Amino acid sequence: MKSVVSVQGICKSYGKVQALKELGFSVAPGELYGIIGPDGAGKTTLFRILTTLLLADAGRAEVLGLDVVKDYRAIRNRIGYMPGKFSLYQDLTVEENLHFFATVFNTTIEANYYLVEDIYKQLEPFKKRRAGKLSGGMKQKLALSCALIHKPEVLFLDEPTTGVDPVSRKEFWGMLLKLKQQGISIIVSTPYMDEATLCDRIALMQGGAFLQVDTPQAIVDRYPCTLWSVRSGQMHRLLGDLKACVGVESSFSFGTAFHVTLGNQTSPDELRAHLVALGHNAVEVEPIQPTVEDCFMLLSKNH
Amino acid sequence: MKQFKSFVIKEFCQIFRDKRTLLILLAMPLILVFLLGYAIKTEINDARIAVFDPSKDVETQRIKERFQASEYFTLAGELVEAGQINDVFKYGDIDMVLVFSGNFAEELLHGGEAAVQLIADATDPNQAAMLTGYASGVLADCQAELLEQYGVPFQIGTEIRMLYNPQSESAYNFVPGVMGLVLMLICAMMTSVAIVREKETGTMEVLLASPMKPVHIILSKMAPYFTLSVANIVTILLLAVFVMGVPVRGSLFWLAVASVLFIFVALALGLLISTLVSKQMAALLISGIGLMMPTLVFSGLIFPIESMPDALRWISNLIPARWYISAVRKIMIEGVGVQCYLEELGIIALMALVLMAAAWKNFKVRLA
Amino acid sequence: MENKVIYTEQLTKCFGDFVAVDHISFEVGRGEIFGFLGANGAGKTTAMRMLCGLSRPTSGKGRVAGFDITSQAEKVKRHIGYMSQKFSLYEDLKVGENLRLFGGIYGMGRKELALKSEEMLRGLGFWEERDTLVKALPLGWKQKLAFSVSIFHEPDVVFLDEPTGGVDPVTRRQFWELIYRAADRGITVFVTTHYMDEAEYCDRVSMMVDGKIEALDTPQNLRARFRAASMDEVFRQLARKATRDDN
Repeated sequence: MKSVVSVQGICKSYGKVQALKELGFSVAPGELYGIIGPDGAGKTTLFRILTTLLLADAGRAEVLGLDVVKDYRAIRNRIGYMPGKFSLYQDLTVEENLHFFATVFNTTIEANYYLVEDIYKQLEPFKKRRAGKLSGGMKQKLALSCALIHKPEVLFLDEPTTGVDPVSRKEFWGMLLKLKQQGISIIVSTPYMDEATLCDRIALMQGGAFLQVDTPQAIVDRYPCTLWSVRSGQMHRLLGDLKACVGVESSFSFGTAFHVTLGNQTSPDELRAHLVALGHNAVEVEPIQPTVEDCFMLLSKNH
Repeated sequence: MKQFKSFVIKEFCQIFRDKRTLLILLAMPLILVFLLGYAIKTEINDARIAVFDPSKDVETQRIKERFQASEYFTLAGELVEAGQINDVFKYGDIDMVLVFSGNFAEELLHGGEAAVQLIADATDPNQAAMLTGYASGVLADCQAELLEQYGVPFQIGTEIRMLYNPQSESAYNFVPGVMGLVLMLICAMMTSVAIVREKETGTMEVLLASPMKPVHIILSKMAPYFTLSVANIVTILLLAVFVMGVPVRGSLFWLAVASVLFIFVALALGLLISTLVSKQMAALLISGIGLMMPTLVFSGLIFPIESMPDALRWISNLIPARWYISAVRKIMIEGVGVQCYLEELGIIALMALVLMAAAWKNFKVRLA
Repeated sequence: MENKVIYTEQLTKCFGDFVAVDHISFEVGRGEIFGFLGANGAGKTTAMRMLCGLSRPTSGKGRVAGFDITSQAEKVKRHIGYMSQKFSLYEDLKVGENLRLFGGIYGMGRKELALKSEEMLRGLGFWEERDTLVKALPLGWKQKLAFSVSIFHEPDVVFLDEPTGGVDPVTRRQFWELIYRAADRGITVFVTTHYMDEAEYCDRVSMMVDGKIEALDTPQNLRARFRAASMDEVFRQLARKATRDDN
């Protein structure tokens, strides 16, 4: 088997809205593949087609070498899926949820416990608690355990970290990396750009199409111009002044600084002088490594 | 099989944990039976009667006095003309009207026989039967008095007319109605809501993407509600027979057959609804308005089917509950043989088949 | 006019024996952008509900826009704006109809409403979309529009509950520009977010852990105090202290 997922020319429309526009990509065995894009990019539609829940209007898709239309039964036996909303039975306890999903997949908790042990251990103290009474982070862990309990060959996680605080998110990604070591291929979508760097390969997605597919490093390396981090003592005013500056091609706020690209005719020194002339003090203009988010913004602008 | 069992257990867990719904499911049939059962009056005290007496002679006076003296009746007024009879029932708060013939005393004393008409409001058939019964008793007393006085056996003929419910349907007709209603509620409404809830919370997505066969998902959703409704039917029947004293005159076997067939119809309807909508609220509205309302209207709980306009009666043929209720009435109350309700059973069976097929065809193995 | 737009003293909310919000005291000044951070289940939502006059505190005091949140909840509601990721606008109404509705709710006159609607829509570049159904708009647009609607009646303070969740990076930044503009006009902005870069954009940030405010300062001071390069690190250091698992 060359690839776990292979997609060619997939299209899907809802009425007039084109949710997926001729999408094609493939995921190698054992890969942690991230689909990065905002809400409405078409991520969920893509996941549903791959998990055999939705039929595409055109194109072919194979999961584990099986056709998503013809062999949907066989695929369903071998994949794990965690939909966008945490799909648990709120009125069943933690333990009952896990037990139920184990039987649905014709297995037992004991048979594959080693796989979920790390995750489920943290839930053990609350195993008699109803799933509805768990916090966001805990629900997410339980949902992952339920999707894993039958030892799927490939795991589809649709926005597992949306609405989850940064600490729980970090922890969750730690679990995914461990699962990857167990040889499970993982396809995960997220709107948080900072999570992209943890994937082997990422697809930046917007408006039903992939803007770019590559390793995070390669995407960052491909950033076509120098990115400057700009700060001054008057951050509040800085954005307006940067936008008004002719030599500045783009400027976006990034936490404590602004990320700025300059036109060919403008040098960073000229920018610094310009800002000082406008009354800014402590002006810093330094070259920096772009982030995936910078790349996404540049690509989505050109798209 | 293990999957199926585990699913059914899960389903029961969910039902039993939702205490409020469970209470409604189990208590509602009981409350309905008690409420409707006790609404039937079994005693008569000071029933208000009106008299239309065109004759106005000694004998009618005697009879009127007799009625007045009885603890059961109160003479509430005299009518001037026959045309008022309907009005006093509607607006006069009158339970029964006594109508004498034109020349009562003359007919009685010279012809040896005179007639009194007893007109009762039979919307509550039980009460009407009791009223006319007691009134006949009073009249019989008068007859005995006449015999003593004249030494001649004069006859006072009584003619009984039941208004608004000429067939004088049994007061216990509500029991089949309640059974139909409860089965619709539990099988159709609860099944559809339970399935749609899984769609809404996203768990259906996971189930569909699992190796679980769709047919298992459906069957395991239905099994608990099937069990619950059987339990409910049994309690309703036990209550009806042992507490309310409702007779089961016909065959228990055929009653069970009719009920199971109807449960299948209701389950299929529930499933069909769940395939059409994606929100619990929509499922509730459709089953509420589309199924419960017609069941209520055609159950005879509100008004007798016989007095419906033709158009409505024609529509009622499409309502499964109408056939079920009719069959149960024939089995329980009329106690007739199976040949009399074969038509009903056949129609329910046919509906079950068609609806099951439709629901099955509509159930998708994918999301959209 | 009072300069403290939000003021709380020992504000507490208990559900049974669970203390969701544990004696929090802080104040927020006029025109300030106040970031209200914390892990899931730290008590942010409960605290925000009390400040909006939607939930009665178990004990403690709180004033918002000069009104007591316990005894004058209705007045509080009239002087605040609210927007969340989940509920923002009526999807099956047109853009213009939504404006008319919300303007009407806050008792705006017809003329004023028409004037302000046009000004606002032109400002956002949405004038052409005034007759579009809200559900046909991309998420980012909806959120920008929802924010503008939430400050349409010039409230003293606007509460934003994860306003940018799932929004694309470019629109997310445009959204923050709107927040700055509102703050410049004197509207206090009270915002929760899971994007830690957005925490940097706030004037001051509070960090809630297990129902208590564990830290409250400017992002700069917080970073210095925790010797962290970013707010993300500050958050992680603080949230690690959490002992309760959640709601």
